[in-house]
Amino acid sequence: MKLRLVPFMLCLLVIALFSCNSPEEKTATMQPLPAELPDITIMTHDSFSISKAVVEQFEKKVQAKLVIIKSGDAGEALNKAILSKNNPLADIFYGVDSTFLSRALKADMFVSYLPQHLDTVDKSLQLDPENRLVPVDFGDVCLNYDIGWFKEHNLQPPTLLEDLIKPEYMGLTVVQNPATSSPGLAFLLATISRFGEDGYLDYWQKLKANQVEITSGWKDAYWGKFTAASEGDRPVVVSYASSPAAEVFYSETKLSAAPTAVVLENNSAFRQIEFAGILKGTDRLELARKAMDFILSAEFQEDIPLQMFVFPANKTVTLPVVFQEHARKAERPALLDPQLIDAKREVWLREWTERMLQ
Amino acid sequence: MDRKNAAVIKTRYLHPYLLAGLIPAIFFLLFYFYPLSGILVKSFSLEGGKNLSFLDQVFGSPRMMKVIWFTFWQAGVSTLLTLICAFPCAFVLSRYQFRGKRIIRILASIPFVLPAVVVAAAFQACFGDKPFFFGITLDQPLVLILLAHVFYNFSVMLRILTGFWSSLQGRISEAAMVLGASPLKVFLTVTLPLLKPAIFAASALVFVFCFSSFGIILILGGPSYSTIEAEIYRQAAHLFNLPLASFLSLIQITFTFLLMWAYTAFTKRAARFSPDTEQIHLKPPVHLWEKMMIAGVVLFVFCLCAIPLIALVATSLTHAGKLTLVYYQALFVNTTGSIFYIPPFHAIKYSLLFAVISLLIALVTGICAALFIRFCDRKFSNRWTTFFDPIFMLPLSTSAVTLGFGIIITLDKPPLNLRTSIFLIPIAHALVGFPFVVRAILPALRAIPEQFSEAASMLGASPLTVFKAIDLPLMSKALVAGAIFAFTISLGEFGATIFTSRPETPTIPVAIYRFLGQPGAMNYGQAMAISTILMIVTAVGFVAIEHFRKESTEGF
Repeated sequence: MKLRLVPFMLCLLVIALFSCNSPEEKTATMQPLPAELPDITIMTHDSFSISKAVVEQFEKKVQAKLVIIKSGDAGEALNKAILSKNNPLADIFYGVDSTFLSRALKADMFVSYLPQHLDTVDKSLQLDPENRLVPVDFGDVCLNYDIGWFKEHNLQPPTLLEDLIKPEYMGLTVVQNPATSSPGLAFLLATISRFGEDGYLDYWQKLKANQVEITSGWKDAYWGKFTAASEGDRPVVVSYASSPAAEVFYSETKLSAAPTAVVLENNSAFRQIEFAGILKGTDRLELARKAMDFILSAEFQEDIPLQMFVFPANKTVTLPVVFQEHARKAERPALLDPQLIDAKREVWLREWTERMLQ
Repeated sequence: MDRKNAAVIKTRYLHPYLLAGLIPAIFFLLFYFYPLSGILVKSFSLEGGKNLSFLDQVFGSPRMMKVIWFTFWQAGVSTLLTLICAFPCAFVLSRYQFRGKRIIRILASIPFVLPAVVVAAAFQACFGDKPFFFGITLDQPLVLILLAHVFYNFSVMLRILTGFWSSLQGRISEAAMVLGASPLKVFLTVTLPLLKPAIFAASALVFVFCFSSFGIILILGGPSYSTIEAEIYRQAAHLFNLPLASFLSLIQITFTFLLMWAYTAFTKRAARFSPDTEQIHLKPPVHLWEKMMIAGVVLFVFCLCAIPLIALVATSLTHAGKLTLVYYQALFVNTTGSIFYIPPFHAIKYSLLFAVISLLIALVTGICAALFIRFCDRKFSNRWTTFFDPIFMLPLSTSAVTLGFGIIITLDKPPLNLRTSIFLIPIAHALVGFPFVVRAILPALRAIPEQFSEAASMLGASPLTVFKAIDLPLMSKALVAGAIFAFTISLGEFGATIFTSRPETPTIPVAIYRFLGQPGAMNYGQAMAISTILMIVTAVGFVAIEHFRKESTEGF
């Protein structure tokens, strides 16, 4: 008996080399622009998306080749950017969450720049007076519920955060652990904004008594427990105000109405704003500025809703039909000062963990 | 006489096996120790690191102590359960020849590639909240964690045990039988002691794997259960507490080292035997009890592995109670014109490409490392082995977030500017696959009597010839087991935590996560469809790897 190791290795090597060649071909054919264009690199998180058409517009307008690198979820990506600030991986960072805003600014890694089109952005979104980080998109984290389930069970859907602690809502809600999930954290902040630093733990205590279920992340809550999206048994979930639009857009059959609805009234939604900024140490400052202009322009902003299912910061752009019909924003979202969030995050998370998980 | 002495001296000081040790050593220094020490140094020089406040955050916190305790507890229980499940199955698989054996083996290994989210969905789809047995509902997080660990690691245990066992069936136990020993006595006094190295090797792997379990704990366990690994992720990615994250990583690494050190010292005393190379002892079942035993094993593997997998495939094929291919068709459509749209064939191609390259790296470094360790065993005192052997296991229990951060700050200058390079992907996969290769082949390699190679050398065979003619054939079964795992690790690795990547080279797990990232029934269906494709690709890969061994070695 003899193992055919050498032919085996050779075979593997051939496969490897053969496949190695093709990505180069691919990038070559995908790139209609002249090769001498400089790169502009955007570092971002896993949920970032952009359409091919907009990439082409970007490259024409900015006269640079767009390179995107993804570095894990929002928290990880930012942390990687902070760690590499002396030798940055990119020219622009896209996707600093409003809850991480102070942290990012404290790291002193962004260049102040006032981009064109910033006047189209609502003042309430502009949280950095020096414009080192400018708002690019936002989404409201709020309760989503399964319309069909509530109809079937003859129960009034929730309209307030307080509804969740009523006896008839026993065992109906699933939320995410704020320590491991960004919508989870946003929802915790919404409750702090509503009930105050003194009252929020009381509320959570009552939620616990009402058998709230807690998952680690959004995926396991939505795809594992939410009645409208899984075999689970929870008709109320923490998700985004644009989730019903995604339900309609990504349904197998054409839906005229979304199967889910959202609770936005009475300051019950927390607004997550995403920011972008030019990283210090870039040697292509001029191009990076042009790229920032482009990011706030209508071309890029119009693309955001269907790519990432959040709202564009530029309020002059027309929203896609599915967004106009099925996505909503809060009139008066719950707000908290980013500096307060940064100062208290660990304390709040520790208190919450001790109260809810021990 | 002089020439022989010269040969001995040469063997002692410049043996190729010693040089072979350089390959894994360099690989480890560059891609493991360098990034790791980089991030540790950086973390402990930060504000919270210098004042040692992380010590209090660990030892002063009852919650953290509970987390550390739970990490050990769940790893231990999971390993024990996996061993209990896999042992009888390994016995049957290594002893009997029956139809469908190959399918059983492949079926058992597929769960290993599935992302934890998908496994959670599969469990949900087939068990739901219904009581399982003895009134245990699968909704209990602890039951789910343990079940998922068994589901994942069953094949690790099964493959390593069967690989080893099938080479020691036969002569020795037959001799004992002829001498009048009862089957039980043969088992207890002959088989079990001989099997010990493989049992310990497999258990060590499974333990370390569960010890650093992350996705399963987070998703199936829910937030009430946390392991050191999950805590590191939480501290590093969400709380930016790098000193604490690094300290926890250090605890994890130290424990793994100590554990493996004890293990290595212990297995030193294992029995040696000459492994059978012919396949004479695989027999068809004759008696009714033998047939029932086989049926039992088939049924067990079917229940444990096949039912959740079938549930998953079924979900991908049905919509509103009707059979449909709509999710598969949708995979080929870029609904939003996104540049991150992943054509399924691209995902398959890159997944396979990375898997093959990382398999190559893991095999080469793994074989070199195993040869080196055995060489140290034989030529030097045990001190060397007890040091190197545990070190080679460390990547398996090193937090991906920590290592990823380390890579960002260390591999950032030419010639090693790998931060965003696609080469980092197979390298990182190989780093995790490597311990599996070493663990799988080392017991087999050690079992080969030294006289074999000495005799061959005496007759003038070069070390390479000795390796090709003696070591390689004798360890081929174990090698295939190791290769399968290195391959599977790479195929199933989501690993976004480690990489800062340009997304032009998507893999199948990345596609699964992309679909599950947004609401909508189509997204869910497509995630299940591409998971099904991942299972098929994996199964085909297994068949291909096994095909490279001759049919005559059937049995493993």
